[in-house]
Amino acid sequence: MFDNLTDRLNAAFKKLKGHGKLTEKNIQEGLKEVRMALLEADVHYRVVKKFIGDIKERALGQEVMASLTPGQQIVKIVNEELTELMGGHLTDLNLAGSFPSSIMLVGLQGSGKTTTAGKLAVWLSKNGRKPYLVPADVYRPAAIDQLQKLGQQLAVPVFPSSAEMDPVQICKDARTKAHKEGLDTLLLDTAGRLHIDETLMDELGRIKDALKPSDILLVADAMTGQDAVNIAQAFNDALDIGGVILTKMDGDARGGAAISIKSITSKPIKFIGVGEKLSDLEPFHPERMSSRILGMGDVLTMIEKAQAVVDDKKAAELEKKLRKSEFTLEDFRDQMVQIRKMGSFSDLIGMIPGMSTNKHLKNLEVDEKEFTRIEAIINSMTPRERRQHALIKGSRRKRIAKGSGTRVQDVNKLIKNYTQILNMIKKINKGGMRGIGRGMLPF
Amino acid sequence: MTNQEPLPKEPKESKGFFKRLKTGLSKTRQLLNTDIEELFSNKRKIDDDLLEELEELLITSDIGVQTAMDLIQSISQRSSSISDAGQLKDALKEKILALLGTKTPPPAPLAAKPYVIVVIGVNGVGKTTTIGKLAAKFAASQKKVLIAAADTFRAAAVEQLVIWADRAGVDIVKHKDKADPAAVAYDAIEAAVARGADIVIVDTAGRLHTRVNLMEELKKIKRTIAKKIPDAPHEILLVLDATTGQNALSQAKMFNDAIGVTAIALTKLDGTAKGGIVVGICNALEIPLKYVGIGEKIEDLQEFDPDLFVDALF
Repeated sequence: MFDNLTDRLNAAFKKLKGHGKLTEKNIQEGLKEVRMALLEADVHYRVVKKFIGDIKERALGQEVMASLTPGQQIVKIVNEELTELMGGHLTDLNLAGSFPSSIMLVGLQGSGKTTTAGKLAVWLSKNGRKPYLVPADVYRPAAIDQLQKLGQQLAVPVFPSSAEMDPVQICKDARTKAHKEGLDTLLLDTAGRLHIDETLMDELGRIKDALKPSDILLVADAMTGQDAVNIAQAFNDALDIGGVILTKMDGDARGGAAISIKSITSKPIKFIGVGEKLSDLEPFHPERMSSRILGMGDVLTMIEKAQAVVDDKKAAELEKKLRKSEFTLEDFRDQMVQIRKMGSFSDLIGMIPGMSTNKHLKNLEVDEKEFTRIEAIINSMTPRERRQHALIKGSRRKRIAKGSGTRVQDVNKLIKNYTQILNMIKKINKGGMRGIGRGMLPF
Repeated sequence: MTNQEPLPKEPKESKGFFKRLKTGLSKTRQLLNTDIEELFSNKRKIDDDLLEELEELLITSDIGVQTAMDLIQSISQRSSSISDAGQLKDALKEKILALLGTKTPPPAPLAAKPYVIVVIGVNGVGKTTTIGKLAAKFAASQKKVLIAAADTFRAAAVEQLVIWADRAGVDIVKHKDKADPAAVAYDAIEAAVARGADIVIVDTAGRLHTRVNLMEELKKIKRTIAKKIPDAPHEILLVLDATTGQNALSQAKMFNDAIGVTAIALTKLDGTAKGGIVVGICNALEIPLKYVGIGEKIEDLQEFDPDLFVDALF
């Protein structure tokens, strides 16, 4: 089975080679593959049906029929239309309205509302706002404690709710208090509830009426299946939401729920949650999401991450050194530190197209500790050793191993890997990329 | 959801699993506008339209495209012996039951004392709530239960579990926030042996199955428990959320690869999601579905009944 839509379509069209021109029937076959890919990504059945109907005309048009690479053409069309469907560009939080403004977070149990409230508080603080966390979940045991702890960690004030209070009253009192204390943005963390629980849905309506929030955000789990349409529809019908936050995007879910939710509510996805740290909240990029749903990786995010950590001046220096084949163990360490700043290795691999589905890489357990070990070894060398690795013979290796708390074998392995890289650099400088065979990369 | 009063000593007469599921699902029908009764009415002939509706029904239950297509194909191969939609429904049920593995999971042996259950899953699936309900269930059958609060990561996870332990009237072993979860588990086992507890339930922090280091942490918890009691943990219960789509398969596979899952609990079946993905999981990994969560009340965690589940799918 193919995980990636491009591979799939190419395989489907390969069968047709030698049959002369593509026919309408061939294209239909291709669309079937698109349909499968979307359904496997958890896009709702009816949403897929409508989408395929909508793109059929374009797929049957000249651009595909006349193309030498019909598979890629169809992927391009699907990608463009999906991006369009999810909303062409970024949409910000709505913070307009009277002082203080309120943002209301709603959703099912376990979708990640409380953690998201903490993350939004960080985001708002960074953007010059003064957030006020308001725990309005009086049902789940210790939900209020959870938000209070998050507030402490972040040094963001939290309204002192208690489980005996009424959620609507909590929100009203919090607004009065925020007004008094000059806090400009309330983050209302409501209890998780089922969209079919009328009593609790009604409670949300009363909070909305009382506070008139400037934004109401549905917090939804990126792993949600076909039920996403029912959930989104019910919350939107009850509250006329302003947008969606998609959580748990750091896993391996394709996130087809994003399309289902968008197409059923026409409301934009504003943020995505991408990790357990409270800074792990990112604006939503429709075109990246589209690539992800189709299993095509997320190169843009990776490039962005790389740009954020790479120091231009250092990069230029390194380039110069590389040209002269003067890549020392010190440079090796610096490079490693920079790569690690981009995030965990497994996350990075997941962003490279095709890599996430690569059988060998899927099982590749990148031990992040290995990097710490390498760093420790290099740190235990003298500056001179780092610049001239040839100096490092037996007794020095023993000393370095002892100093870094590793074994001599570890030191040997590192030096072997490093010399391989060095040889590779020399080869590139001599004859370009030729001569670099598979398996020569040290990692 | 609203009833957070202390647990009743005698579990109330439940409305019945089947009825609850049916009520929940009737709401799904209204939302999707699919008249399922009509779909399977005895008068209806089997034609392409019917098969398409059937496909929609299966796929929207999250059973997965491949499983749905396999099921429909196997049904249409037998179409000579099936003359109407009613028979079709029966044939389909039979197929799904076979995939689920009709043999119900072996009852908890509980011969081991203490019997150690480790509860795992991704964030937000309902591990803590499930543990609260399980603890109360065992306590009600006169077992001495001890809970290990080994989710030391999420803010206030321990506080949440303490409240559940109180309600269920069982003991709990906890450390400070950010403590080593394996150490909590070890202490809990030690305490359980000393106090003569029958069952230890170990809560763990929610973690995405793709996080290698967090999966290593789970392995360490398992190893640590085995140091104290060599054949423990006796049960590793993976909690899955019925709202989750195809990713649940990836979760089950990776948790299973990492520490070996012995049973599954499927939560949040009281909404409109049907949790069809478990059919594929049980079939592919040969792990039994042991419990289903169908509400917030104490009696809403039930032993899984395959017949009722399959009935509720349609």
